[in-house]
Amino acid sequence: MPTADKATKKGQSLSNSSILPPLDPQGKLQLYRQMLLIRRFEEKAAQAFQQAKIKGFCHLYIGQEAVAVGTISTLTAEDAVITAYRDHGHALARGMDANSCMAELFGKITGCSRGKGGSMHFFSAEKHFYGGHGIVGGQSALGIGLAFGQKYLNTGRVTICYLGDGAINQGAFHESLNIAALWKLPIIYVIENNGYAMGTSVARSSAGDPLVKRADGYDMAGLIADGMDIDDVRAKTAEAVNLARTESLPTLMEIRTYRYRGHSMSDPGNYRTREEIEKYKKFDPILLYRTRLLDDKVTTDDALEAIDKEVTAEAQAAYDFADKSEDPAFETVYEDIFAPEDQIDEIPRRNLPL
Amino acid sequence: MQVITYREALNQALSEEMERDERVFLCGEEVAEYDGAYKVSQGLLKKFGPKRVIDTPISETGFTGLGIGAAMYGLRPVVEFMTWSFSLVCYDQIINNAAQVRYMSGGQFSVPIVFRGSSGGGLQVGATHSHTPENWYANVPALTVITPAFPDDAKGLLKSAIRSNNPVCFIENEKLYGYKDEVPEGEHLIPIGKGKIRRAGNDVTIISNSGSTHRALAAAKLLAEDNIDAEVIDLRTIKPLDFDLIAESVVKTNRVVIVEENKPYAGWGAQVTYEIQKLLFDHLDAPVNRITSLDVPQPYNGKLEQSVLPNEERIIAGVRETLA
Ligand SMILES: Cc1ncc(C[n+]2csc(CCOP(=O)(O)OP(=O)(O)O)c2C)c(N)n1
Ligand SMILES: [Mg+2]
Repeated sequence: MPTADKATKKGQSLSNSSILPPLDPQGKLQLYRQMLLIRRFEEKAAQAFQQAKIKGFCHLYIGQEAVAVGTISTLTAEDAVITAYRDHGHALARGMDANSCMAELFGKITGCSRGKGGSMHFFSAEKHFYGGHGIVGGQSALGIGLAFGQKYLNTGRVTICYLGDGAINQGAFHESLNIAALWKLPIIYVIENNGYAMGTSVARSSAGDPLVKRADGYDMAGLIADGMDIDDVRAKTAEAVNLARTESLPTLMEIRTYRYRGHSMSDPGNYRTREEIEKYKKFDPILLYRTRLLDDKVTTDDALEAIDKEVTAEAQAAYDFADKSEDPAFETVYEDIFAPEDQIDEIPRRNLPL
Repeated sequence: MQVITYREALNQALSEEMERDERVFLCGEEVAEYDGAYKVSQGLLKKFGPKRVIDTPISETGFTGLGIGAAMYGLRPVVEFMTWSFSLVCYDQIINNAAQVRYMSGGQFSVPIVFRGSSGGGLQVGATHSHTPENWYANVPALTVITPAFPDDAKGLLKSAIRSNNPVCFIENEKLYGYKDEVPEGEHLIPIGKGKIRRAGNDVTIISNSGSTHRALAAAKLLAEDNIDAEVIDLRTIKPLDFDLIAESVVKTNRVVIVEENKPYAGWGAQVTYEIQKLLFDHLDAPVNRITSLDVPQPYNGKLEQSVLPNEERIIAGVRETLA
């Protein structure tokens, strides 16, 4: 069991033994299902984007599924999750309904943000999913606010705040790390190091390797996990969550992963080679887990195929639902600006004789 | 004359000014190896090398402050914001440093810097990415605010901006990058602070800028079918304001409609309206009308966003109201 003292050891794993209870076969299949649902959902989204049913920016999560699913699987349903604009995977892993996520991408009134947010701005109060944030690094400060609230109200809950390898160079992130450590806030920052910030490789944007070293200066625990291996992600995250939950201490995690697709749907991706992408596909998190489940005789090929059929159907159903849903009515542009119980309308004009 | 895009016109301006003056450098996210998120800086890394065309980390506060410091030290930086929406991260640097240093130092330091990048709505990128910030910056003493609508102005004004010894906010419009038009080759300077009549007319003066100029022109074309002859003024520079050009037109038409993408409260059109009523009161046959974005955050949904923007339909209705 990691203690606060051990945890502050610079940029190292807290311990090797996992504090997670072992998963039963059903639990394992559930993880597999969630990762595959994200993959199939994103493939559908890519298709819908090409059909111009989704507009604006659309950042896909394909390749990174084990990060969202693995980390969130160590939380309770009441813990808080907040992330950046590449948010579809986290939303689905958080248990948000694929229909409402796809409908948001289509800009429909049935979307999780009523068609107002779009791909980058998913939200669900019910699922303790605090967004979906478009400004790089901005969510890192909101994250300590959530954790502050959790501590202030004695909830026993914790926050996971995700950000990219590029986002760690924003001032807001550093200010937040300092406050998190200084005030002992129950937050886990997860750097999803997918190697690139748009077309800029980590080496060209970030001084210091590994990135998790940035925890050192703040005497904060640091952990590195293999983002292609969901078991490793879960084991490491569980330690951080435990530290936050039991001792109200923050952790910085660097989870190494890879995105197969362009930065967004409009990125041709000329900054890396096809070979590089193919190389990473050999470590595909879903493939890796599938192989492990089969090797460990947890399940059968047929059972996994059945799961694939199910989630493929779920993604298709989400597409159909989104497609059939209505656009928001014009009047809705004026809704959600002020608290309805405190609606601030234009001050009515007295009918002065003019 | 060459016919090139707004994007290419900006690229020419950058390239020519970098060639002319060694002290000019360009920095920002993805400006070098990626050739710019919107390809404005295409080819510049190849031409000028990594010393002068510099990819930055995603650290707007850092590289903007760096630019301001370098300008105080005698360089002439061009700082690119991938979009002006992201300039909010470093609002402090622009306002408290770039805009105040000359004054606070009693005139000892110049800040010859250009902040530039895309802006504007209509691309369905949601509330955080769709800002039209010209009024925010025009509110700050010592800042120059330029918002070109056409390729020739984009080139001529960017060159002037880079040669200015003052901090300039050069606010491009994302929807215009692909717009093609004639642009003079080589040396081409448009003076800062001069508007331009983009369509002559006698019945009503429409004052606009940037993307709104194109909306205004489209509306004017439709109005012409109804025998309403609108004059369209493209301000080009929001601050300083070319009031004389406005006055000449208003004295002729006696009716004004302002079209701006800013939200209504204290958008630049409010200031222009003030100046008009103050100085041209006797020349007005109707109250000045303003067509702005609606006073709501930008929605993602495309239909909603179009209704939030100052679309042609609303401009035409606004003109009719003014003529009624
Ligand atoms: C303040 C700000 N600057 C720039 C951008 C444009 N932008 C969006 S994503 C991105 C790259 C971020 O990369 P990273 O943090 O590694 O996350 P990833 O996209 O890899 O998930 C940039 C530069 C932005 N949205 N906000
Ligand atoms: Mg990244």
